[in-house]
Amino acid sequence: MLEIKNLQVTVDGRAILHGLDLAVNKGEVHAIMGPNGSGKSTLAHVLAGKDNYQVTGGSVTFDGADLLALEPDERAARGIFLAFQYPLEIPGVTTMNFLRTALNAQRKKRGESELMPPEFIKRVREASTKLGVDQEMLRRPVNVGFSGGEKKRNEILQMALLEPKLGVLDETDSGLDIDALKIVADGVNRLRSPERAMIVITHYQRLLNHIVPDVVHVLSRGRIVRTGGKELALELEANGYAAYQDEAA
Amino acid sequence: MSADLRVVKTEAETALADAFATVKSRLPGGREVAARREAAFGQFAASGLPSHRTEEWKYTDLRALMRDAKPLASPPAAGALQPQAVGDALPGITAHHVAIVNGAFAPDWSDVDGGDPGVTVSELFAWLAQNPGFRLDLAVPEPGDPALALNSAFMSGGAVVHVKKGARLAQPLHLAYRFVGDAPAAMYPRTLVLVEPDAQVTLIETFDGPAALDYQVNGALALVVGDGAQVERIKIGHDSAAALHIATIMTAIGARASFRDFTFTTGGAVTRDQLFLRCAGAGSTVRIAGAKLLGGRQHADSTLVVEHAAPGCESREVFKTVLDGESHGIFQGKIIVKPAAQKTDGKMMTRALLVSDTAEAVNKPELEIFADDVQCGHGATSGRLDANLLFYLKSRGIPAKEAEALLIQAFVGEALDGIAHEGLREMLSGRVVGWLEARG
Repeated sequence: MLEIKNLQVTVDGRAILHGLDLAVNKGEVHAIMGPNGSGKSTLAHVLAGKDNYQVTGGSVTFDGADLLALEPDERAARGIFLAFQYPLEIPGVTTMNFLRTALNAQRKKRGESELMPPEFIKRVREASTKLGVDQEMLRRPVNVGFSGGEKKRNEILQMALLEPKLGVLDETDSGLDIDALKIVADGVNRLRSPERAMIVITHYQRLLNHIVPDVVHVLSRGRIVRTGGKELALELEANGYAAYQDEAA
Repeated sequence: MSADLRVVKTEAETALADAFATVKSRLPGGREVAARREAAFGQFAASGLPSHRTEEWKYTDLRALMRDAKPLASPPAAGALQPQAVGDALPGITAHHVAIVNGAFAPDWSDVDGGDPGVTVSELFAWLAQNPGFRLDLAVPEPGDPALALNSAFMSGGAVVHVKKGARLAQPLHLAYRFVGDAPAAMYPRTLVLVEPDAQVTLIETFDGPAALDYQVNGALALVVGDGAQVERIKIGHDSAAALHIATIMTAIGARASFRDFTFTTGGAVTRDQLFLRCAGAGSTVRIAGAKLLGGRQHADSTLVVEHAAPGCESREVFKTVLDGESHGIFQGKIIVKPAAQKTDGKMMTRALLVSDTAEAVNKPELEIFADDVQCGHGATSGRLDANLLFYLKSRGIPAKEAEALLIQAFVGEALDGIAHEGLREMLSGRVVGWLEARG
């Protein structure tokens, strides 16, 4: 489904990714762990298409298409979803309006008919109830005045509604207490399916107790330096990243 | 000083002086009005058209922007306007219409007496003749402004709207200013609205004219808001894209009154909206807001002077400007707190959003505080759409243009939210969408 080959990325003139390789098949959950500054968030943003990330080499194909040639909205319509580490506040745009605009824009791009309000409201209600998202929150402007936990839940709500083929979760655990973490992880687990892949980016192992990955990668200094099963996460938790930083250097 | 240095009159100034000399004997009104016209023109002539050297007009250099003076508009030909056309300016809104066509009150196109027993509507000069000794500047102090002086000199007609004590008008009163004609002309309408104590009214002013015609409007409205009255005024500037539009509102707010003001501007080549407001009685609440959506080479200026002369009043100003193309948007807002106006609570916010590289925004908020127990603040920003926000929207599948439109709508929405009349709020939200669609 997703194939990244020798990806090299520069941000503001600084090389961050130095030839990253990664292949993700549908139905798989991959965890990417690594120390601060290793390039985890850069990878997430490059996949979503942020424009100040300059790809200087390598390729990314998604379902056979050259992902890097597509605009962010086209990538979304083809099934890429990035759950932001720091979800943005959009004053003046209600969450409901935002969700409807996003969903219908994607459907339109895929040549599907727009969802009529009753069907749309039904879907939002179902998804939000499962995530414990208050209906009142949907009437508020996107993320404005939301707590950290509410913002992350809102990200997962969007993912549930937009039904991507590949969900990229960028440090979704950051800033969450254990109760909020469980709610968010449960939400993600409900979205696991044989047709959907996920890349879970995290600094800490604790999220992976709740979202159990099929594959764990260690990212250090812009490269994947080790790949293993879920037990690799426990090893990292015990020993830290120091060994990999030396190795990469 | 600047007047002494100036030796050459502009073409427009010369034309205005010639026009005044020619038409003054024919302009409506009695001897007292004639004397006031003479004094007003004298005041104008002493300063000339305001230029960048006049602090209050620094960013709207009328000497440069007003290239000529159009001849005074004549009454429209019979049948030139269908009666329903007056209501067309407010689609979907039920209102009583008061038409001011080509600068004069047009009773044939208006609802008699505003269609409500709580209100009387009269022609300006007929009313002045019946109320000798009433001076417009007794109701609301006139600032010594050159554009207003021109209106006072040339005022061609208009209406006097009198809302009786305690009257609650169920429908808005629509003052429809319209130019009908196929050759450029100038209009100087003057309107007086007296809202007696405890009355309640929504006033809508609309300005319309033939597209692409470079006509000129210099209008003035004096509004007296009595004690305990509740007034909302909404002004919709939808003039021809080639028109010059100057509108002055002078208003005095009584005690415990509520006044909401909203100005929406999309039309006009050059627009200057100036509001001079005095909180004259204690304990009033004032909300002044505006939204300007500009493109091409449009120039629009909102200038406010809000004077707190009585204690315990609250004033809020929220202005939003969206600038595309090579447009210029100006906001000048001054809050003055007089020594007697203790416990004043004033906050002013102006934001400009530039959506092109060649547009220009000026924000100039000012505070002059002479009382010691007050809370006043102001803020001003100008910037572009937030690239991170745009990316967030695009990453959800929303195309760039649609994402921009959503953010611009949200930006303007904060100002529109201040409109109490729901139908108008929705109508203007729709106009924002229309503007965005036309932008492409």
